[in-house]
Amino acid sequence: MNEMIAAKDVRFRYTPENPYAVDGASMTIRKGEFVAVLGANGCGKSTLAKHFNAILLPESGTVTVEGMDTRDESQLYDIRQTVGMVFQNPDNQIVATVVEEDVAFALENLGVPPAEIRARIDEAMQMSGIYKHREKAPHKLSGGQKQRVAIAGVIAMRPDCLVLDEATAMLDPRGREKVMETIHHLNKDFGITVVSITHYMEEAAQADRVLVMSEGHVVMEGTPKEVFSQTEKVRSLRLDVPQAAELRDELVKAGLDLPEGIITEDECAAALYELLK
Amino acid sequence: MLKDITIGQHFPGDSIVHRTDPRLKILLVIAYIVLLFTINNFLGLALSLVLLAGLYMLAKIPLRIILKSLKPIIPIIAFTAILNLFFMGGQGEPLIHFWVIKVYKEGIAYAIFMAVRIVALIAGTGLLTYTTSPIVLTDAIERLLSPFAKLGLPVHELAMMMTIALRFIPTLIEETDKIMNAQKARGAMLDSGSAKDRIKAMVPILIPLFISAFRRADELAMAMECRCYRGGEGRTRLKVLKFQPHDWGTVTFCAVTFGLVWATRFVMPGVL
Repeated sequence: MNEMIAAKDVRFRYTPENPYAVDGASMTIRKGEFVAVLGANGCGKSTLAKHFNAILLPESGTVTVEGMDTRDESQLYDIRQTVGMVFQNPDNQIVATVVEEDVAFALENLGVPPAEIRARIDEAMQMSGIYKHREKAPHKLSGGQKQRVAIAGVIAMRPDCLVLDEATAMLDPRGREKVMETIHHLNKDFGITVVSITHYMEEAAQADRVLVMSEGHVVMEGTPKEVFSQTEKVRSLRLDVPQAAELRDELVKAGLDLPEGIITEDECAAALYELLK
Repeated sequence: MLKDITIGQHFPGDSIVHRTDPRLKILLVIAYIVLLFTINNFLGLALSLVLLAGLYMLAKIPLRIILKSLKPIIPIIAFTAILNLFFMGGQGEPLIHFWVIKVYKEGIAYAIFMAVRIVALIAGTGLLTYTTSPIVLTDAIERLLSPFAKLGLPVHELAMMMTIALRFIPTLIEETDKIMNAQKARGAMLDSGSAKDRIKAMVPILIPLFISAFRRADELAMAMECRCYRGGEGRTRLKVLKFQPHDWGTVTFCAVTFGLVWATRFVMPGVL
């Protein structure tokens, strides 16, 4: 089985009076993938993400996590252990007054024996690079560090998949870089599937696959190169393209000959170097 | 400025007093309070103070910290002492007789006795909070009350509430600071005007603060659910409280000294 999460024709609205926030969205997340989900504000991407670990249940359609239907209540905690969620505001995810106690929270809830909790939280704190802060109070840490505490708290459950709901949105550039570094490390070296909902095109450009949502469903899908080279279409969805892609676009319009699929700064620099040689 | 405040009055250290099992410490403090109310003579009172001073020295807590904690209760001490001084009847001639006020020898003794007893009471409970961090204290309270869970007391929920409250105090203080600055930038006058004006000026600070607190609570609840929170049932803990050999030493020591203090009633006549 290669599927991590499969959503099929998911429809959801918060109240019957409201329009559908998620309106017929389908997507498959494969094991070990790094998927970025993009979309303008209110396109339903966060709402859809909350379906991935049974925080919300679809009104119609199905969501399965490693073959488990999220509507099956008997498997609720297996699902939540499989798909970990990290939210936007690190302050509102940390429960305990000491870093290591917070990282242990999920394992305490799951009834793991204390000796094993110790081993697993030490491992999780090392994986997310906050081990040296383990005895500090969370409010003494920077935003990026706090977010990595939140990630460690989820990683300690040993999930197969990590869903990041705009996890870097409230961080300063350096904190964001550190958090992204941690997430890529978890994805590459530990094979954890990552679904990252983001507003930052540069983050999306580093993903294996990009999904673009609009009005509650998926409208574009492909590798970052495939998606971002369609600059006009991406813009029409009220999204930016990475600056490198934008520059390439403008230069092509001005009559210069540049190859397609330039989305990172390095690629852009290399192509310009070739051109000027 | 608001950011620097500390929660509770924990004074970190590594003394035997700090390392004593927090459950035991709570029970011993309760025992000490009971002891203070059973003492009826000055010798016992003096001994209990000596004992407390010894423990404070052992915990290496500076005197100024103890005095600081006593400062807010000075009015209570004074009030109690004065009431006892004037209304305590006695045999023999009053020492001072002025209008309706009569002060007897017994009154003076009892006033001093009561004042010292209150000081010992506060300093005794203070020793517990100085040497135990709030989180450990919460944990200990949860364990001590756990038998009452069978009677339907939501022990785990109360402990969880206390933990979350402790966790969010610094966050909300920081937020209050931010809101105050934001309102000042919009022309709010927070530090001037009459008392009434200043209270009114608090409204635009409290409303955003409350709304934000509700939103935070919502998000936190969701994050807790994501981490498989489902109440206290079947929950394990990272740190397990274990009764150490030295805790038995503490029990023995306190049993002997408390007993000694109590036994002074047979040696010295009571104040009352």
